[in-house]
Amino acid sequence: MTCTPKRGARKDSDGFRSTGADTAAASVSSAGTRWETRRRQDERGWSAARHGQRRTPTPFEVYVHVPFCLRRCGYCDFNTYTAVDMGSGASRGNYANLAVREMELLRRWQDRNGIEARPASTVFFGGGTPTILPSHDLVRIVAAIDALWGIVPGAEITTEANPDTVTDDSIAELAAGGFTRVSFGMQSAVPRVLRVLDRTHEQANVAAGVEAARRYGLRSSVDLIYGAPGETKEEWTRSVRAALDLGVGHVSCYALTVAPATKMGRRIRAGILSAPDDDDEADKYEIANALLGEAGLQWYEISNWARPGQESQHNLGYWRNVDWAGVGPGAHSHYARLRAWDIAHPREWAQALEAGVLPWAGDELVDDAENAEETVLLGLRVREGLSRERLEAAIGRPLPPAALREAERLEAEGLVERFRGPEGEACVRPTLRGRLLNDIVVERLVGSLAIQG
Amino acid sequence: MVVFLEQKNVPGSTPQSLIRNFCIIAHIDHGKSTVADRILQLSGVVSAHDMRSQYLDRMDIERERGITIKSQAVRVPWTVDGQEYTLGMIDTPGHVDFTYEVSRSLAACEGAVLLVDATQGIEAQTLSNLYMAIDDDLTIIPVLNKIDLPSAMPDKCADEIANLLGCDSSEVLRVSGKTGDGVAGLLDAIVRRVPAPAGDPDAPARALVFDSEYDPYRGIVTYIRMVDGEIRSREKVLQMGLGSSHDPIELGVISPAMKPTTSLGAGEVGYIITGVKEVSQSKVGDTITTQKNPATQALPGYREPQPMVYAGLFPMDTTEFPALREALDKLKLNDASLVYTPETSVALGFGFRCGFLGLLHMQITLERLQREFGFDLISTAPNVHYRVVCEDGSEKTVTNPSEYPDGKIRAVYEPMADVDIVTPKDYIGDVMTLCQEHRGEMKNMEYISAERVDLHYRIPVGEIVFDFFDQLKSHTKGYATLDYHEDGEQPADLVKVDILIHGERIDAFSAVVHRDKSYAYGVMMTKKLQKLIPRQQFEIPIQAAIGTRIIARETISALRKDVLAKCYGGDITRKRKLLEKQKAGKKRMKLLGNVQVPQEAFIAALSTADTIDKDTRDKIRAAARKAAA
Repeated sequence: MTCTPKRGARKDSDGFRSTGADTAAASVSSAGTRWETRRRQDERGWSAARHGQRRTPTPFEVYVHVPFCLRRCGYCDFNTYTAVDMGSGASRGNYANLAVREMELLRRWQDRNGIEARPASTVFFGGGTPTILPSHDLVRIVAAIDALWGIVPGAEITTEANPDTVTDDSIAELAAGGFTRVSFGMQSAVPRVLRVLDRTHEQANVAAGVEAARRYGLRSSVDLIYGAPGETKEEWTRSVRAALDLGVGHVSCYALTVAPATKMGRRIRAGILSAPDDDDEADKYEIANALLGEAGLQWYEISNWARPGQESQHNLGYWRNVDWAGVGPGAHSHYARLRAWDIAHPREWAQALEAGVLPWAGDELVDDAENAEETVLLGLRVREGLSRERLEAAIGRPLPPAALREAERLEAEGLVERFRGPEGEACVRPTLRGRLLNDIVVERLVGSLAIQG
Repeated sequence: MVVFLEQKNVPGSTPQSLIRNFCIIAHIDHGKSTVADRILQLSGVVSAHDMRSQYLDRMDIERERGITIKSQAVRVPWTVDGQEYTLGMIDTPGHVDFTYEVSRSLAACEGAVLLVDATQGIEAQTLSNLYMAIDDDLTIIPVLNKIDLPSAMPDKCADEIANLLGCDSSEVLRVSGKTGDGVAGLLDAIVRRVPAPAGDPDAPARALVFDSEYDPYRGIVTYIRMVDGEIRSREKVLQMGLGSSHDPIELGVISPAMKPTTSLGAGEVGYIITGVKEVSQSKVGDTITTQKNPATQALPGYREPQPMVYAGLFPMDTTEFPALREALDKLKLNDASLVYTPETSVALGFGFRCGFLGLLHMQITLERLQREFGFDLISTAPNVHYRVVCEDGSEKTVTNPSEYPDGKIRAVYEPMADVDIVTPKDYIGDVMTLCQEHRGEMKNMEYISAERVDLHYRIPVGEIVFDFFDQLKSHTKGYATLDYHEDGEQPADLVKVDILIHGERIDAFSAVVHRDKSYAYGVMMTKKLQKLIPRQQFEIPIQAAIGTRIIARETISALRKDVLAKCYGGDITRKRKLLEKQKAGKKRMKLLGNVQVPQEAFIAALSTADTIDKDTRDKIRAAARKAAA
């Protein structure tokens, strides 16, 4: 797996509505009543989800969260578990059955609510460690997606992989089952840094995995983490070079984010490990951007670089705000203005499925003001940028003069650049400095729109 | 089980011979409110069921902090030898900042209960209030409280008090507010020892206004002590000082809730409501009489309180300025010691320069403005007032450091305080060092008992109003107590230190300090701000300057990274909420030039209790060396 904090399935550590809290509440009330309520909720019309559908069909993606790991890494605060069996059918062995069951329920929910079923344009398995499951389970889930929704010909089908959990055979089986891409959790090439991150693999395993993928016609990506306690700039440079030496066409580089409730968070508080330093991380970001750029991998999102044409189509979907079904504990789904998230704990999640209920822990309808904010914060993460048309559509009126002035100021300060999109449309995107200060850029632009919440 | 007694002594027709008005003088934490609660309960005016602890401390802040700020006056019945008496109990504040309020309470009483914690002994504040009571010719009833505690030393404390009062230690009563032990005996003693009021019941009415407060529904509530004559509920009353007359809507007593009555007679304590809402229409210390048969001579009022500490108060939202003025007007009504005038700050906009009795008074006022009126406020660092004589001989009183003249100055005078510190003798050395560090001049030293000493100093007010009390406490393991009074002025070598953020002078941070301490102030302030102001997109120099000379500098380096590393499917909702939180946080920032300064920076600038680290010490020394060279 790649224990990277991706897609949806994370425990909230910042005090926002927590799926964990929802499950805690569920365990207090009687399960029967809860599912009954939930079943009724499923029957209600999601008019907003339907209403917001665009005229040109929005791409539809499927994300599958596999919440299992061999061990938990010290920095990890994602929704993953090391137990093999957590009861109520929530076991590694039964996971594929449950995932398929959830997809069937999702498909029925779509029908009931008049949401048109479209073939999946991409599929992504994240975790946790998807490759902790036997390849045939992953393949079976892909087959079920195809049966329920269809899969667009040539669609990108990715799995995250821990270098320790793939073999030549397992990759061959994935390739035969339709997978096109593997994302390896490499994190670092430096043994000392890997140890700090609690990672057990060696660089040789990563190389073998990438090589196996290549042999069976799969593209590879590697994830790197910078800013681990004690990591020097030289060590980081070595890791980036090692990633490039693998010959991969896609690299993700993530600043280490330490959640207070993790083992690493506790050790930093106790003074055993040093806390990540923003300036050090900024230096390392610039190092990665330079090295990857020289090697022909261009940034296309704040934390992602690819050889042109090898961008992750699935992830681009998130930033383009497409629709997706999230399957698995804690996974998030998105249909137009509806965002919903699954129960985080696998046992509760399994119980809901056994009761024949969509295992959502919560949902929200994104209002116009929030939608405008999302448009800005997503659009300013990517190289393809935020177009004026898209922004005006989101706010429902021409750009206010204050927003234009703010864009000019941001440009003058070297935080954004203005350019023409492929169809000649006026766009902005962050500069290198603007990528590092992205939260400020987003906040300033959102502030200048004077959106009434 | 407490039985509700039907009070026979009706307000308005209770003979003075059956009235006893008293207050309780006690140090903070010596259990005054607990004893007062017990009195209410024993006398039957509050049922055990309704008893909430510290019944008299009505303001939330008082209950939370466990201190009494406002005086309250309650009428309670008490029977001795089959005769019902009417006791007027006037609560007094126990903190050094509120001496003024104590003097108001004293003037409305004939007796004072001197309440002393039997585990602590007498404290500086109690001592000074006691002297005030003696000066006012009040009968003192000494009482030891907390005798139920194992650590109580009643014999030792009784000797100490007897020594002070020149009475016999057997005359010192012993009570426990907690268990109620001895409280009935105390009430008996009050009836027997405190003289009855001696006003003239047949003379024209004269009532002393000793407190007033604003009630949002009923307007101004004025608390009065009848001295002579009688006021009836339908009689037009005249405020002699203000010269205005009103029809009272309601006349009454507090027992312990407001109870309307038809009249109030000589010697009684009660309240009057006229329906007037304008704050200016009530003045504490004024004399009330009747329109029909007015008195010719007003009662001696109160000395106007002199503020010791000044600070600027500014609403975060500048449009709230008029609302802030209204709120201050309302506070002023029952806090005569609060003074304020409008001021304009380049950094903070429109606000008020307010004068307070001390830091606690300032903090409580701030809290009340925030809690009771819902303001979001910025307060500048507190300062005292200075008399500045310029080269041309012109004079100026400066209550705001930013108004300190820039030109040549002939002399500056700072206010001085006469300070009493009572401490166990083991800490004499520490206390002397502390006073010396604060430019104190020792006057004398008196042993009040074998173990405890009263140290008498003259110290600049500016040196004691901020953190002196906290330091004194920490130097003496909490044992020493402090009291002070204003005591003239003295010439001083003072300079104004300005703080510049990103090259701009921020008037709100300017301070007038002694030359010897200017470097310390500059270094500590720049360091503090460097820590408090978040990094921004650009480098921000923070400098301290005397005139044009920079004495300290810190730099906030430019922020280089502020970005969420991952924003995939499940992160979008979270990221949006973070953004909203960020936006809300911005609202709590003040834009100075183009630098965002959080409200906490202003609040922290106010706190002076920071410990000095090595780096700060080194920098202060270096700055002083540079200046000397």
